[in-house]
Amino acid sequence: MKITNNIVESHGLKLEEYSKIKQLLSREPNYLELGIFSAMWNEHCSYKSSKIHLKKLPIKNKNVIQGPGENAGVIDIGDDDAIVFKIESHNHPSYIEPYQGAATGVGGILRDVFTMGARPIALLNSIHFGDPKHKKTKNLLNGVVSGIGGYGNCIGVPTIAGETKFNSTYNENILVNAMAVGWVNKKKIFYSKAKGINKSVVYVGSKTGRDGIHGASMASAEFDENSEDKKPTVQVGDPFTEKLLMEACLELMKKDSIISIQDMGAAGLTSSSVEMAHKGDLGIELDLDKIPCREEKMTPYEMMLSESQERMLIILEDGKEDEAKNIFQKWDLDFVVIGKTTELKNLSLKFKKETVATIPIEALSSKAPLYDRKWVKTKFNKNKIKVKDLKKIKFEEAFLKILSSPNHSSKKWVTEQYDQMVMGDTIQRSGSNAGIIKIHNKDKAIAVTVDSSANYCKSHPLIGGKQIVCESWRNLISVGAKPIAITNCLNFGNPENPEIMGEFAENILGMKQACEFLDFPVVSGNVSFYNGTNKNNIYPTPVIGGVGLIKNLNKIFNHHFKKIDSNVLVIGKTFGHLEQSVFINQLYNLNEGMPPEVNLLNEKNNGEMILKLINAGLINSIHDISTGGIILALAEMSISSQIGVKINKPKKLSNLSEYFFGEDQSRYLIEVDKSNYSKIERLFKDNNIYFDNIGITQKEYFELDKELKISVKELYDINNKWYKQFNGTDC
Amino acid sequence: MKFAVIITLKKDVLDPQGKVIEQTLEGMGVNNLKNLRQGKYIEIELNELDEKKAYSAVEDMCKKLLVNLIIEEYKIKKI
Amino acid sequence: MNSSVIVFPGSNCDRDIATALTKLQFKNNMVWHKENELPKSDLIVIPGGFSYGDYLRSGAIAAKSNILKEVIKASKSGCLVLGICNGFQILIETGLLQGALLRNKNLKFISKDIHLKIINNSNKFCKNYKKNGIISLNIAHNEGNYFTQKDHLKELEDNELIPFKYCSENGLINESSNPNGSLENIAGILNDKKNILGMMPHPERMIDNLISNEDGIELFTSILS
Repeated sequence: MKITNNIVESHGLKLEEYSKIKQLLSREPNYLELGIFSAMWNEHCSYKSSKIHLKKLPIKNKNVIQGPGENAGVIDIGDDDAIVFKIESHNHPSYIEPYQGAATGVGGILRDVFTMGARPIALLNSIHFGDPKHKKTKNLLNGVVSGIGGYGNCIGVPTIAGETKFNSTYNENILVNAMAVGWVNKKKIFYSKAKGINKSVVYVGSKTGRDGIHGASMASAEFDENSEDKKPTVQVGDPFTEKLLMEACLELMKKDSIISIQDMGAAGLTSSSVEMAHKGDLGIELDLDKIPCREEKMTPYEMMLSESQERMLIILEDGKEDEAKNIFQKWDLDFVVIGKTTELKNLSLKFKKETVATIPIEALSSKAPLYDRKWVKTKFNKNKIKVKDLKKIKFEEAFLKILSSPNHSSKKWVTEQYDQMVMGDTIQRSGSNAGIIKIHNKDKAIAVTVDSSANYCKSHPLIGGKQIVCESWRNLISVGAKPIAITNCLNFGNPENPEIMGEFAENILGMKQACEFLDFPVVSGNVSFYNGTNKNNIYPTPVIGGVGLIKNLNKIFNHHFKKIDSNVLVIGKTFGHLEQSVFINQLYNLNEGMPPEVNLLNEKNNGEMILKLINAGLINSIHDISTGGIILALAEMSISSQIGVKINKPKKLSNLSEYFFGEDQSRYLIEVDKSNYSKIERLFKDNNIYFDNIGITQKEYFELDKELKISVKELYDINNKWYKQFNGTDC
Repeated sequence: MKFAVIITLKKDVLDPQGKVIEQTLEGMGVNNLKNLRQGKYIEIELNELDEKKAYSAVEDMCKKLLVNLIIEEYKIKKI
Repeated sequence: MNSSVIVFPGSNCDRDIATALTKLQFKNNMVWHKENELPKSDLIVIPGGFSYGDYLRSGAIAAKSNILKEVIKASKSGCLVLGICNGFQILIETGLLQGALLRNKNLKFISKDIHLKIINNSNKFCKNYKKNGIISLNIAHNEGNYFTQKDHLKELEDNELIPFKYCSENGLINESSNPNGSLENIAGILNDKKNILGMMPHPERMIDNLISNEDGIELFTSILS
């Protein structure tokens, strides 16, 4: 077939890129080769627009075993234990078919983790939908939630934390980010780097069908009106087969037969084989007649670009084929030697005894295009909002409106569709500051959280980038964990637009500052560009997945008030920052001004002080203060415990709404015994920690001076009613 | 007037359930199986005498609700 | 006491139940479904999970496995058999227990802690629980909505074959304390010889206060005593 400009463009390649291909090959590619280039050179696989910015992020500290560039990041948590984790997006497939899109997103991220030899121990997710009133939202929401549950529940990994948010910016482009966390013995970590010539390349798992051909290119292009009709064959997730594949791989990994292993994710067989060869600095030759196919008459093009799920590529030590084959047969899975590693550094494909493609590995990897795209600084809106100028809304009304809103109402209707207890090690389930999983049969645990704040990132990408890393840090601290490292999923609009690229570049800078200051490096992640439709780009939405270590199982905390008659303190200074707050956004529909600034020094001091108090056994419960301010955080502490609180107006209060709804950063609420109060006060003074003593826990009532008095039971109902009304059912 | 709607996954879409049922039957000794796909069957009775209208009403239901057109296809039969 | 946990492709609570049994001093064996022989067992557990992906019908394909023939044989000679969640569904599909487990009334997967009232404790699985006591266990299932014919229900009631019913925190058994639509709030049933128990809630998830609570322990200590 003659390659025309149309064909090139329909593969998502620019004409300049095509010229570069011809130059690298010193000839024209054939159709199959063009397909392979398009799969490897698209944004999703090549990170061509993001790489130069991502390089700025810190990726090491004393705990990091493996940073970005492998299937997932790995951190050391002492003894022989290591934690493997990564977050990934599956936004576009989930918009097209919400159940399968979300399910295969979970499946993909789980494979990234068990490919490294780790048994997955927890799943998390961050899902963003459009306005609840938008006609598509209900269907997308219900489909995504049941897809995430359907996959995780079946494979038997608990889903223990996450966030579900709504904003009209996602009306035509939802976000579905899934994170998986696994445990591995640090002496038995597996990597994708091939080693040795003439080693068997083995295909294991499901058969190859015509699923999602060019899914990776779909994820790298904007939607237009026609994209719903142009649906490529959607991948269907098969969690049952994945469970078998996981058990079979983990069983084989106990032996010494695997040289390297890589899952077939986006761009399937193509990216997995190129990746392994590139890292090993060698070539791979595949015999496509041997590929297990689900459909008849599949072409080499389809085989190489298929995104059928639940498949892996393994390079085996000599003479281990039979041992490995027996394991895969036990689990009823395909196991076929499909090729070998070669000295010649090419991807070489044979089909019906003919060579159908020969491409130098470096042309597909290190020589892929890299762009320093044009970017411009985001223009800030520095307007200050004066509460006095706004229409007066009664304090109680404002509070209850936020508490019952889609974004701040209880998410039990989501989390109750996820098995949170399977594997028997879940210490803290969804709904608190972070999820906590015990390391099986050990006296330690890890805390995990996912966070995002698109509003802040939109109005000031740099502050937003800092803030979101700090929020993750704060959430881990709030359960008593020492934060160790993060993974990030960077959901942005079209990078060819300099404004969007500017959001990206500045956001990364913000993250870098926070990560460096807090010694909280990035060990894995994923970039998802082209989120938007018809030039309507989504708000920049980086999602941070944080992991922390808990060494003492007796020092674990949640945000539930523990007893009546304890003091409640706010740690950190409240200035009353309302710009970009929920209070202003939701009640006044205003989107002006800058997000709250983050003072990294205070962040660190306050967080470290909290850990000190925890170690000294001086705290009963903790909650970080985030969107909605002090009042929302207090309400969550009451609702989860059914214990009320009598809140005082602070003495130097300028304005009630500013104080209680303000979203200043680096703040925590803690509940402490009265008998410990003076000891804590002294500690704070000695360490320059600002605090307010704002209330005392009490029976039954949530009470703020003369502004508010409401029973906790009623608060619970108000916090839980939204979904019922939205969906017309209980659960 | 009564119709039967048979819904199956499109030809190229993976059918995990069908695959497991097929393997199990083979394991039970069925040795001449060539292919097995699982689907759904729905019976719909309408208060409508005009067959053309009834048929297009059922077709409409398929498109709007019964069938996930992204991964499924359907057949309608009068019974 | 010797126990055997049967493992199917897709079982996912097998490790959890084994951890619980070992913690409570059972001598436990894991038994792969393709095996034709059972090790010597006083208790056989069919664990929760999604055997064969729950494809076709939950439990239907596992019920046709080799090892199930041995389980049936052992149960006939009085061996105790406990089916939890998917294990309960498998016991129903094999015919060892009667009735059916339909989809949850709200058509969604439900995962949460629920309360159970001990209705009958005159059996080997529940004798350490107090009659009419209230315990809290975790449920996590799609198809736990128990249904059976009227005459069988009467048999269950007359012969004290219903050990647990879903209830509220205060012990009320009514529609609002019924998580999945089960007939009469039934959460588990026994066969007429009372040596086979099928239950939807997970006792093995409730054996450690750090994780949840210890309300599941008495089920295992009942079997041991």
